[in-house]
Amino acid sequence: MLTGMRIRTFGYFIREAFKSLHRNSWMSLASAGTVAVSLIIVGMSLITIINTNYLAARLESNIEIISYLKDSVSIEQGTKLKKEIEGIPGVAKVRFVNRDEALMEFRKELGDQQNMLEALGGSNPLPNLYKISTISPQDVQKVANKLEALAEMEKVDYGKGMAEKLFTITKWVRMVGLVVISLLGLAAVFLIATTTRLTVFARRKEIEIMRMLGSSNWFIRWPFLLEGMVIGFFGAVIAVIVVDAAYLAFTDYIIRDLKFNIFGLATDKRLMINMGMVMLGTGTLLGAFGSVASMRKFLKV
Amino acid sequence: MINLINVSMNYPNGTRGLIDVTLRIKKGEFVFLVGPSGAGKSTLTKLIFREEKPTRGQLLINGKNIARLRPREIPFLRRSIGIVFQDFKLLPNKTVAENVAFALEVIEAHKREIQKAVPAALKMVGLEKKSNAMPAQLSGGEQQRVAIARAIVNNPPLVIADEPTGNLDPETSWEIVNLLHDINKCGTTIVMATHDKDIVDSMKKRVVALEKGRIVRDEERGAYGYED
Repeated sequence: MLTGMRIRTFGYFIREAFKSLHRNSWMSLASAGTVAVSLIIVGMSLITIINTNYLAARLESNIEIISYLKDSVSIEQGTKLKKEIEGIPGVAKVRFVNRDEALMEFRKELGDQQNMLEALGGSNPLPNLYKISTISPQDVQKVANKLEALAEMEKVDYGKGMAEKLFTITKWVRMVGLVVISLLGLAAVFLIATTTRLTVFARRKEIEIMRMLGSSNWFIRWPFLLEGMVIGFFGAVIAVIVVDAAYLAFTDYIIRDLKFNIFGLATDKRLMINMGMVMLGTGTLLGAFGSVASMRKFLKV
Repeated sequence: MINLINVSMNYPNGTRGLIDVTLRIKKGEFVFLVGPSGAGKSTLTKLIFREEKPTRGQLLINGKNIARLRPREIPFLRRSIGIVFQDFKLLPNKTVAENVAFALEVIEAHKREIQKAVPAALKMVGLEKKSNAMPAQLSGGEQQRVAIARAIVNNPPLVIADEPTGNLDPETSWEIVNLLHDINKCGTTIVMATHDKDIVDSMKKRVVALEKGRIVRDEERGAYGYED
């Protein structure tokens, strides 16, 4: 009996919410539109952040330590070092490159410009070296320090400061993105609050009567809350469609027509679905916040 | 039923609504509140249904100190009080029956209960034939009777009427007062704030007179006592 009553009550809330949406259809549409615009910008920012993170992660994982051996160290002595290097905590992969291989690799990279090597008079200017990758980018500095301490090493190169710079950049991108998104979210809340305030104001007499008749604050609140949530949700649906379509078209163009994923764009479907969910959830929440905020005064709670 | 002990009430703007009022209204009484405008009649009614809070003193309703009521308990207090205002406060886009049913809907009553109670309340006020009319199609007296039906549909033990005849002609006013009197005979306590000298003088009910926030007179079978 109790549950039956609650379901009926909930039906009443939904009916009231849609009645009011219908009654103020233009205003509702306008606020759904503003939610959509805010969320489109939120979505675009999210995509930028996701891609920056993606790019940063790729760059970070590409950081490799190159450790040059002293010319006085023979190849046999050098290869024996491998075990020792592998023993350094944080090291993932160790590859020894002897100077002849290094020269060949260099040749390949030079392609048409072999004459640059000929200018050196046929001698090999390259040292024997180790290429070391670490388990995580944070280990680079530590591992490099250890390598530098080895007597056999001439020089250790890992694009000093590169990793740190990258970290600061990604941190900043995340922070700025967060600030931008919070501000836009706030703007959306205010817009929805204004819309619901119109509805609430138009029905203030009804609210006054409901209060006088002893209905609970939540009973009064629910229809407005649902109204705000519906507005927020529909705005979010529009935003998701626009953002996804635009992004798919963009990545399609980059990958298919230019045959070249130059920026290393994230095209993971699951990522897009998650982002869509986040946007729908955010839209609905914004709607709920907006309507609750606009009702405070009328409910005097 | 209603028990005020040294109640004072100051509005935030500094206006003094009530000063040290002690008043006891028993179950089943019919009480007129009289006094000039601004004497504190409305403040008293607002305090009883907890629209306002006493600044000092105790205000007990059915033994419960309503000054200490938590916000979530206020709706339950109001469900035990029927309220009638001078301006009826009906919803213009609902029919007569829907307006009365609204009182039960907003407290989440059962549908069957609503279907039974609404016609009964409309019969009590003599408007069973107008249940599908809109408020705008009714006279002022009829609208006030709808408001009374709405106030009693939930069978509250107490009905507060704040100048219910203020907008009505003398003849219609009498209809309303007689209706309230009938409701009182069924055991409902009635507190009615009014300016209507004729009605108060002829009804010979208890009269509580307020002036400048204080009770200046409290008589059984009293008279209005002011020259208008």
